[in-house]
Amino acid sequence: MIGYLIGLPLLGATLLLLGGRRTDKWGHLLATALSASSFALGAKLFFEMLARPTEERAISQKLFTWIHVGGFQVDAGLLLDQLSICFVLLITGVGTLIHIYSISYMSHDHDRRRFFAYLNLFIAAMLLLVLGDSYLNLYVGWEGVGLASYLLIGFWNQKPTYATAAKKAFVMNRIGDMGLSFAIMISFATLGAVSFKDVAERAPAASNAALTAMGIMLLVAATGKSAQFPLQAWLGDAMAGPTPVSALIHAATMVTAGVYLITRSNFIFDLAPDAQLAVAVVGAITLLFGALVGTAKDDIKKALAASTMSQIGYMILGAGLGPVGYAFAIMHLLTHGFFKAGMFLGAGSVMHGMNDEVNMRKYGALRAAMPITAITFGLGYLAIIGIPPFAGFYSKDKLIEVALNAGGVKGLLLGGAALIGAGITAFYMTRVVVLTFTGKARWDHEAHPHESPALMWIPMALLAVGSVASGYLFTRGDALVNWLTPVVAHHHTEHHEELYSPLTISVVALSLVAIGVLTAIFKYRGDVSNTAPENVSIFTRIARRDLLQDAVNEAVFMRPGQALTETLVKVDKSAIDGTVRAVGLSALGSAQGLRKLQSGYVRSYAAVILAGVVSLLLVIWVVTQ
Amino acid sequence: MTLTIIGLLPLLGALVISALPKANDKLIKQAALATTIFVALGSYLMAARFDRAEIGLQFYESYNWISSFGIKYSVGLDGIALVLILMSVTLAPIVVVAGWNEADTGRWSVKTFYILLLVLETMMIGVFAATDVFLFYVFFEAMLIPVYFLIGGYGTGERAAAAVKFLLYSLFGGLLMLASIIALYVMSGDQGGHTFDIGALSQLQMSKTTQNWLFLGFFIAFAIKAPLWPLHTWLPDAADSATPGTSVLLLGVLDKVGTFGMIRYCLNLFPDASKTFTPIILVLSVISIIYGAFLAIGQRNIKRLIAFTSISHFGFITMGIFAMTTQGHSGATLYMVNHGFSTAALFLVAGWMISRRKSSTIADFGGLQRVTPIMAWSFFIAGMSSLALPGLSSFVSEFLVLVGTFTRYPWHAVIATFGIVLAALYILIPVQRALHGPTTPGNESLTDLNLREKIAIAPVIAIIVALGFFPSPLLNIINPAAQATIQAAGFSDPVAKIEQGNN
Repeated sequence: MIGYLIGLPLLGATLLLLGGRRTDKWGHLLATALSASSFALGAKLFFEMLARPTEERAISQKLFTWIHVGGFQVDAGLLLDQLSICFVLLITGVGTLIHIYSISYMSHDHDRRRFFAYLNLFIAAMLLLVLGDSYLNLYVGWEGVGLASYLLIGFWNQKPTYATAAKKAFVMNRIGDMGLSFAIMISFATLGAVSFKDVAERAPAASNAALTAMGIMLLVAATGKSAQFPLQAWLGDAMAGPTPVSALIHAATMVTAGVYLITRSNFIFDLAPDAQLAVAVVGAITLLFGALVGTAKDDIKKALAASTMSQIGYMILGAGLGPVGYAFAIMHLLTHGFFKAGMFLGAGSVMHGMNDEVNMRKYGALRAAMPITAITFGLGYLAIIGIPPFAGFYSKDKLIEVALNAGGVKGLLLGGAALIGAGITAFYMTRVVVLTFTGKARWDHEAHPHESPALMWIPMALLAVGSVASGYLFTRGDALVNWLTPVVAHHHTEHHEELYSPLTISVVALSLVAIGVLTAIFKYRGDVSNTAPENVSIFTRIARRDLLQDAVNEAVFMRPGQALTETLVKVDKSAIDGTVRAVGLSALGSAQGLRKLQSGYVRSYAAVILAGVVSLLLVIWVVTQ
Repeated sequence: MTLTIIGLLPLLGALVISALPKANDKLIKQAALATTIFVALGSYLMAARFDRAEIGLQFYESYNWISSFGIKYSVGLDGIALVLILMSVTLAPIVVVAGWNEADTGRWSVKTFYILLLVLETMMIGVFAATDVFLFYVFFEAMLIPVYFLIGGYGTGERAAAAVKFLLYSLFGGLLMLASIIALYVMSGDQGGHTFDIGALSQLQMSKTTQNWLFLGFFIAFAIKAPLWPLHTWLPDAADSATPGTSVLLLGVLDKVGTFGMIRYCLNLFPDASKTFTPIILVLSVISIIYGAFLAIGQRNIKRLIAFTSISHFGFITMGIFAMTTQGHSGATLYMVNHGFSTAALFLVAGWMISRRKSSTIADFGGLQRVTPIMAWSFFIAGMSSLALPGLSSFVSEFLVLVGTFTRYPWHAVIATFGIVLAALYILIPVQRALHGPTTPGNESLTDLNLREKIAIAPVIAIIVALGFFPSPLLNIINPAAQATIQAAGFSDPVAKIEQGNN
């Protein structure tokens, strides 16, 4: 049964890609129906799982033997447990809503069918990523979503910058994938296994050095896929993809795969405290990095992308805090899936009404023209900045709480970063809302903003419901924490000491949020120029340039790499080929001989070969005499 | 007799074609196609009878050939040779269909082209099947002749110079191997009777120094053929000048004789010397992987680019062979097969692109995805296979090689893994330049693949996808042979670290 979850969307992708233009008329409907069926099946499996006693909830399925060489045995096997079902529902649920939204959003695109084929391909690959029962199966999904992401970022690759953005995403992801390769190799060399079950069982016997190395490599993989520091630079450019893609892949699902990987590998990280600390630190750095970049972006999608990077930073931070953090990391991942996907769809709706304009300085006062978009976006906004009782309040405050309660300097630094991040988030998100929906209209002459059709706003509305209610539902009676405990907390059961009470933390967090909100309102409520001001501080300029991430990458990797390539091409031509030629010439006795050979007497070459065989026979004859 | 009959079938086809009227190109092509299809079907039937449980040579035949010299005609297959033959005979009809018109503009007739091609096919089968060193040498050297004429007579650009370069390199290696073979032969006479039988030769007693020298004679010949850095410079020139079909056979099959020879001859005949030289060979392999990838990134010509990607891939294969683990070995052999198909796809599609655009410079293309979608997709999938995307065949073999190397030589594997990032660059850069972006002048009216071309590329892509998910049928054939080779060389797989304490 589990296999069908992946099989249905995969079938859709195959049919639409092989069917070509013949499937143009109904391709989008088929793809949507298949994604919805996958969701329905996921829901059925979820309720069945719910009905089973805790210890029987996880089920697995072996499809076939994939690779079996010596001690290296990998089955194509699937594992559906409490953790993966959360992702299945998120991927297929949000995925289906975005399929529906895209029917309308992409209706004027000549290549809509191809778009839906890629979407289905993505859903299938992402499901494989979370359902694979070993690191190698996960790897297939891991690069599969990378491929889908590449294809979708470059969906309009006739525009060279979009094609470049797609390539950049793929290459940077491959650097992360290298980490995953290393982790699998270490796992096999150390534990003799690559399946989650075997690795979990055998990990306690391994040396700390091996586990730390494996943990760090898994973190490298996570930084690539989840756009975490230092492999974050591709995400902003990835906004070149159509907005539904940004909502699904680059906000709600694919970019959270790193959080999944680390949570799934809890049995490694719980035994490798140094690697675990590295995870938390990367999360803390990225949550601030993304938030700072978010304050300076005028492109609505890039502002949201920076926000995604920052919010995933929170999740990674949570996953780096060990057994107490995993469940909250996943909770934030799920609530984020609702509110961020909702806001991206909202941004798409705004662009739809504004001739694809993305510059928020040319928005303003859209509240009246697009009331539904404004309301759904607003609910997502309240959720992300963490206003009770919206979803983000529950999930983010829990993460801050866990970070602070880690204790000592570590707790103060990580928790402090998370608190400051909350304040900055409030600032940049308020900025987005104020610039877009309130104030004066700064539209271009051609703009005639209008509300989007029902196919678009209904998914937005449903996601908004999630933004409002999901946090409450997940925390009621510790529902999600208890649900995930069998997967993420089998090593430790001790209760964590509370250094700060939840109330104290909420008060501090909300105060910082209030400061952020008020600052942004004060700063952007009045007249806003429709071009970005030039006389800004050096800090603003650096933030606009994504804290110089591209400049650094170019200086450290790209230009030296290009120089090396050019040098090697020259060396190959002159030095290596030249040397071999020289050696060849001297071996042949004289240049005269070579010229003669090259003069085109083809038969003489055959004669040389013949001479070889004859001389061999001759020697044999001599020897045997 | 089965093996001999299959091996002779292409030659028979060549004889039939030589009797056909020279003017009737179409009939000649049809006869050539029919022959290659027959050979492929025959080989599949034979493979179905291959017993996976048996470790020794199968379909073994041995007849006295020149009995006074101890030379025998003996052929037989182990799992490694079998899968390589299967790959070769599968590629042959695909090459014929794909390059239906590529002989039309040659220096010589279409008839000659197909005779050369079929003669080459017989030799391809023979070189993998031979179990007598003399017979192997004859095939090894004789193969050069048809390839030489195929490049020199039907290629493009600097075809004559490229053909000569190819020939000189190969001859040089061949001479070294010849010297080693003679020495082996002489020694066999001193130790119980002159023979060229590989089984008997592997039992010879020889001093360490002798073994080292003889090993080098074989190894250099193979390292030229499978090009290993720094002996690779003939390959880009040859691939640039050859017709796409010839390139497919050259890189897909002929170069595999090198890596195959390393397993069959270097490891079997000189196990101690193999161990001695392993550190150097592994370093050369890693250099090939990284160097080939950088050079590929730096190429402006699509055919040279593909040639350099192959140099990188051959580095992986050699590394897998000399890592001396089951995973490395089986991975390397599977890599040979997978590389054959993925390079075939790249060269064939690139060939169609070039023949339409009349240029092999990557910068001359642009925006093909929107003009010729099927051709663009084919190129893209071939590229994804070349960069070893999981789900496609090359991933399985590349990962096996890496993991198999890592258990014994972690640092080599770590450096080699950087190759996967470089691979993303050398594929995605030409993909972006040629397929993406706006459609540039000169590309607006290119035509998409025709039915014949679709028929040629479809099976290759199908194989690439199928072997990505179901490599087991091939691995089951390869594994016993790989394990036998490793055991014979005195190795066993490293145990997982956590179990080392318990032993």
